[in-house]
Amino acid sequence: MLKTFTKGGVHPAENKITQDKAIEKAGLPKKVIIPIAQHIGAPSSPVVKKKDQVKAGDVIARSQGFVSSNIHASVSGTVAKVDHVVDASGFKQPCVVINAEDDQWADGIDTSDALVKDIDASAEEIRQKVLEAGIVGMGGATFPSHVKLSIPEGKHVDTLVINGVECEPYLTSDHRVMLERAEEMLVGIRLLMKALGVEKALIGIENNKPDAIAHLNEWLGDDPQIEVYGLKVKYPQGGEKQLINALLDREVPSGGLPLDVGVVVHNVGTALAVYEAVQKNKPLVERVVTVTGPSLTHPTNLLVRVGTPVGELIEAAGGLPEDTGKVVSGGPMMGKALKTLDAPVVKGTSGILVLPQKWAHREKELHCVRCAQCVDACPMGLEPYLLKQLAERERFEDLEKNSVLDCIECGSCSFTCPARLPLVEYIRYGKTNVNQIIRNRKQQ
Amino acid sequence: MSNNVLTVSPSPHVYQSTTVRKLMYGVVIALLPTLAWSVVSFGIGAIIVTLVSVISCILFEYLIERFLLKRTPSITDGSAMVTGLLLAFNVPANLPVGIIIIGALVSIGIGKMSFGGLGRNPFNPALVGRVFLLISFPAQMTRWPIPKGFNTSYVNAQTGATPLGMLQEKGEATVSKVMESAPSYGDLFYGQMGGSLGEMAAFALIIGLIILLYMRVISWHIPASIILSTGVFTGILWLVDPTQYADPLFHLLTGGLLLGAIFMATDYVTSPMVPKAMWIYGIGIGVLTVIIRVFGSYPEGVSFAILIMNAFVPLLNRYIKPKRFGEEVQHG
Repeated sequence: MLKTFTKGGVHPAENKITQDKAIEKAGLPKKVIIPIAQHIGAPSSPVVKKKDQVKAGDVIARSQGFVSSNIHASVSGTVAKVDHVVDASGFKQPCVVINAEDDQWADGIDTSDALVKDIDASAEEIRQKVLEAGIVGMGGATFPSHVKLSIPEGKHVDTLVINGVECEPYLTSDHRVMLERAEEMLVGIRLLMKALGVEKALIGIENNKPDAIAHLNEWLGDDPQIEVYGLKVKYPQGGEKQLINALLDREVPSGGLPLDVGVVVHNVGTALAVYEAVQKNKPLVERVVTVTGPSLTHPTNLLVRVGTPVGELIEAAGGLPEDTGKVVSGGPMMGKALKTLDAPVVKGTSGILVLPQKWAHREKELHCVRCAQCVDACPMGLEPYLLKQLAERERFEDLEKNSVLDCIECGSCSFTCPARLPLVEYIRYGKTNVNQIIRNRKQQ
Repeated sequence: MSNNVLTVSPSPHVYQSTTVRKLMYGVVIALLPTLAWSVVSFGIGAIIVTLVSVISCILFEYLIERFLLKRTPSITDGSAMVTGLLLAFNVPANLPVGIIIIGALVSIGIGKMSFGGLGRNPFNPALVGRVFLLISFPAQMTRWPIPKGFNTSYVNAQTGATPLGMLQEKGEATVSKVMESAPSYGDLFYGQMGGSLGEMAAFALIIGLIILLYMRVISWHIPASIILSTGVFTGILWLVDPTQYADPLFHLLTGGLLLGAIFMATDYVTSPMVPKAMWIYGIGIGVLTVIIRVFGSYPEGVSFAILIMNAFVPLLNRYIKPKRFGEEVQHG
């Protein structure tokens, strides 16, 4: 029996149309738009101004506080402006816009393909490098990685979990990284283990990627420290609480962190970025992005500079199809629909999904028939139908009592609802208000 | 960018194909084997009762939504058809047409629409109609035609008592005496007994259950808990005094137990949301059914038991919560 998480879950059509497409290097963009807040936590503060010359890898915005992250120039050229530009959120955000001129990298960055296997850095040096390189969770959550490597007093970590699940339909960027960058990624995992001081790392991969599982096992041989686990395909297994539950049979307590059960989770893309930061001195300025969709002529996996406008990626994948109705940054279950194709790729962009018009409209909502499919689907053991009703009536205290803050917004409830109720939307509304109420309560 | 207009909406951006309509037609498909067997067993009466019931349920729903509630009728969602079929399954196959129409009006009008329509009704609409008819037209509602193969006559069918009716009327006689004249288990399994149109053929109902489970229309908890609790409770009584109480198999195969457990109690709207609550609900139905059958003045109690437990569903939903992920360990 393959391992999987215990509660709820759904199985959307996988549609991994780009799983056999090798990673291609995208052409250099003419212009990059780099938001200074592309991570969870405090926005960083720009250290460049208009007309400054920068090289790829130069810091252009410094992290502000512990939970924050450095931002680097992803191309060399001239800063065109430091201004507010519409990003993937649909809102104007402070960004640094750079006109790319040539392809020069900042001094000390090793851009060669040579594998550097030996680990010289100490745990503290690894953490420092990760901080400087501006690495954030690349699975999409974009939580600053150095924070997850700094274990607070009184907590003990025994296992590093590497997330190679990629449970979102369509996305294949992690899959390709595991196939094509396995050696580097494994060095990255060893670096993470050293920084955390753990002896054990588990790589969780869904069983729809047997080639990745076999490939990693081949590289690992009989390594006693790193184990690869094939997992039963079920969404949202890539959620860190679900993945820990699947691999280790531990439940992260409500309101808690993986740290509370002795685990730290990092994504495979993050492990690769850590390798590049520590071994090659290369900050996080590029990432693999799956550009996909049922109507695209050349869906593909691209190695893209951060800040590249999404439109350029779609051009590289054969251009925007006639029937396009929606362009999503991320996967179809949790991704954000874009307002404009000028929105840039950021550190957390794992894919660009182009959906046809016929998928972009919504079916008519019916009244809840209490079929309980949402309750069965919820991986957190919540009652989405009830949370929706309570949010609709703005009964925020009852929402809090019914554990609304445990919701991970995976969308399984909305996906499964036969009455087509926008459950997760109401729940988000409820969560926002409950969080506000809790903040007010703390202030008093 | 180009003149394409992009749709912006929150995630998720894909949905599974199941809709309320598909679920409702799933129930209709699961009811077909039983309907077919009823037509074979009762003949023209089964066809007339079913057609009248389904058509009047759909018509009443349309008229009420269109002219009283003044909104777009939602009859295509299939729920009125399910109510019509289930109402027909719960009445004798020779019930006069006028009475069926009254039953349909009560089911849809009082049982469903007076609460606002699908998803809002606390009681199973078909059972509301059925119980209304049972109380208002007790004679017609308990004149059961005997299934004797396809009968071309509607009202003039030969009638007889149901097995549970025989048990109720046994007076001082022992159960084994009643059993001599009652149909064999084989006959019960194939529905060769007096009873409502769609309640007698155990095998056809079980095929329906398999269809419902296979199509993932319902979960197994409610049927299992009703059947188990009825079996256990009647089993205990039977072990205590087999001369006074019929055995569990007899109770399971007779009356509306299987129809109720598989199709009536599993109605989404009027059953609980969480497996633990489903068990309580199902056991409640099983126990109440046996109490009414064995100690009450009605020979059959499934309808009443389900309606009574329907009333507890809001309470069960409120107080029985699924186990939350990460609930055991409190975050310190």
